[in-house]
Amino acid sequence: MTVVAAQYNRRRPWINPKIKEKLIHGFFFANGMISVLALLGIFALLTMTSIPAFREINIGSFLTGFEWNPTSYVKEQYGIVPMLVSTLMVTVGALLIAIPLGIGTAAYLSDVASPKVREIAKPIVEILAGIPSVVIGFLGIVLVGPILSKIFHTHNGLNAINGSVLLAVMALPTIISISEDALKNVPSSYEQASLALGASKWQTIARVKIPAALSGIIAACMLGMGRAVGETMTVLMATGCAPAMPKSMLGPVRTLTSSIAIELGEVAYNTTHYYALFALGLVLFLITFFINMISDIILHKYEKVNR
Amino acid sequence: MKKIVIALVLILSFALCQNVCAQDMIQIKGSDTLINLVQMLSEIYMQKNPGKYIAVTGGGSGTGVAALINDKCDIANASRLMKPKEVDQAARNGVSVNRVVIAMDGLSVITNGNSPIHQLTADEIGKIFRGEITNWSDVGGPDSSITLYGRQSNSGTFVFFRDAILKGDYSQNMNRMNGNAQIVEAVKQDVSGIGYVGVGYVKAVTGLNVLKVAARAGMSYASPLSSEDVKSGKYPISRPLNQYVNGTPSGDTKAFLEFELSPEGQKIVEEEGFFPIPLEYQEFNKKVGL
Repeated sequence: MTVVAAQYNRRRPWINPKIKEKLIHGFFFANGMISVLALLGIFALLTMTSIPAFREINIGSFLTGFEWNPTSYVKEQYGIVPMLVSTLMVTVGALLIAIPLGIGTAAYLSDVASPKVREIAKPIVEILAGIPSVVIGFLGIVLVGPILSKIFHTHNGLNAINGSVLLAVMALPTIISISEDALKNVPSSYEQASLALGASKWQTIARVKIPAALSGIIAACMLGMGRAVGETMTVLMATGCAPAMPKSMLGPVRTLTSSIAIELGEVAYNTTHYYALFALGLVLFLITFFINMISDIILHKYEKVNR
Repeated sequence: MKKIVIALVLILSFALCQNVCAQDMIQIKGSDTLINLVQMLSEIYMQKNPGKYIAVTGGGSGTGVAALINDKCDIANASRLMKPKEVDQAARNGVSVNRVVIAMDGLSVITNGNSPIHQLTADEIGKIFRGEITNWSDVGGPDSSITLYGRQSNSGTFVFFRDAILKGDYSQNMNRMNGNAQIVEAVKQDVSGIGYVGVGYVKAVTGLNVLKVAARAGMSYASPLSSEDVKSGKYPISRPLNQYVNGTPSGDTKAFLEFELSPEGQKIVEEEGFFPIPLEYQEFNKKVGL
């Protein structure tokens, strides 16, 4: 009798199932909220720490100034235009290289490659994403730079093109794997219908599948762009970092990220310079935030269309 | 329950070990110009004194000074002097700063080995780096634009060179490189390039012209590779290389500083391409008991 009671006791749940359910629900809800809170916290911190910068810096001259020199011998200058232009130049350059290459690779992997090739090639593309940025920057100095200076007959290879090439390499894995998913998700009836109408394989890929997967591909490119905008170490090492307004793709550039990385290590806390660097961070955060938001909206649209 | 106990024990023992380990470890941080030299000094010191540990990291003089101000390191390497503002800031954090000079540097201006430029006046160098002279033909070279290679603003060399030679701002077109070694590499590859690095980085390197510099037009040119010219101050861009400590050095930190200043330490300084400290700085170091 006592044995049976003990067994019964063991089987009886020590907590009411309904409460348990609620606890588990709460646990996962809290997990979900952590990332939301982290995002809000980062935004709040950046904003709060940026605001004191504008006690001494005119916000107009911050956004439209052409000279950034907070440690000047003569007069401190806080103008972010050259850095915005630099960031834009290397990013656009990177996308010009990475988008055609990325979409081409994605189309090859999803529609042309034999299963065996795909099995080997896809993991290799994904490994590319795992190469540390400092290694890629190093390659920019010792490999890409000298090659570029020979091709373009410039004195050195520390320029915007170098940065673009390296960032393209870094953005490629994102673009390839998301585009490939998008192409895979195109209903096979589209492909079959196209082939049944007598279209060649190339016509089917270029005129049916890619347009059908376009919003997914655009989202992939936007995410790749977000990666390129925020990358620091690679551009810091490979682009020369001269603070002047960039004159051409063959000249040195200095992006928002490199300026923060160069100057934050030595800046005295709670000075205007310190706050100004946080303001740079805020600008950068807003740029990547909007890029990600737009890509999210596009992705969402694409999900609805295909449902 | 058992697992939690084991985890706690592990965490505690790890924390204890960290405390113990941290006591014996001298943390040195800062100047990129000094890092190779101090690393060499500390390696030989550790070989001779088993059980003593020294960690040397770089990041630039500005980074080292910032770490000392926040009491995050024992010794800050600095190729420039601490600014009065920084000393005040340290004092507010309860760090009273003392300076020790451990070596002399002839800050070297370099051009590519294929460049015809072998000497310049300090005035010309200033104009070149301020961006007032942008073509080599203005200083007796070929008709070709000048590419400037300098350091980033966290570098003590950046600040020293600006304050001593430029007395103005660097050209906005100067490439901001990530360390002495990067400047050496860049100038080696660029026939139009000019850069400035600590003399310890050029002694064993080929493919570079180490420029002779005259203080003013009409004065004689001197080389940073000549120990007499640097010591006597005939070479116009020589500077002391410093280490900053919190308070009067004692214990392990003092023992290491004494080793650096000993004849043996100063011999390593010379082997690394820098110059031993002259008498005036030996006297200066006595003020902090070394």
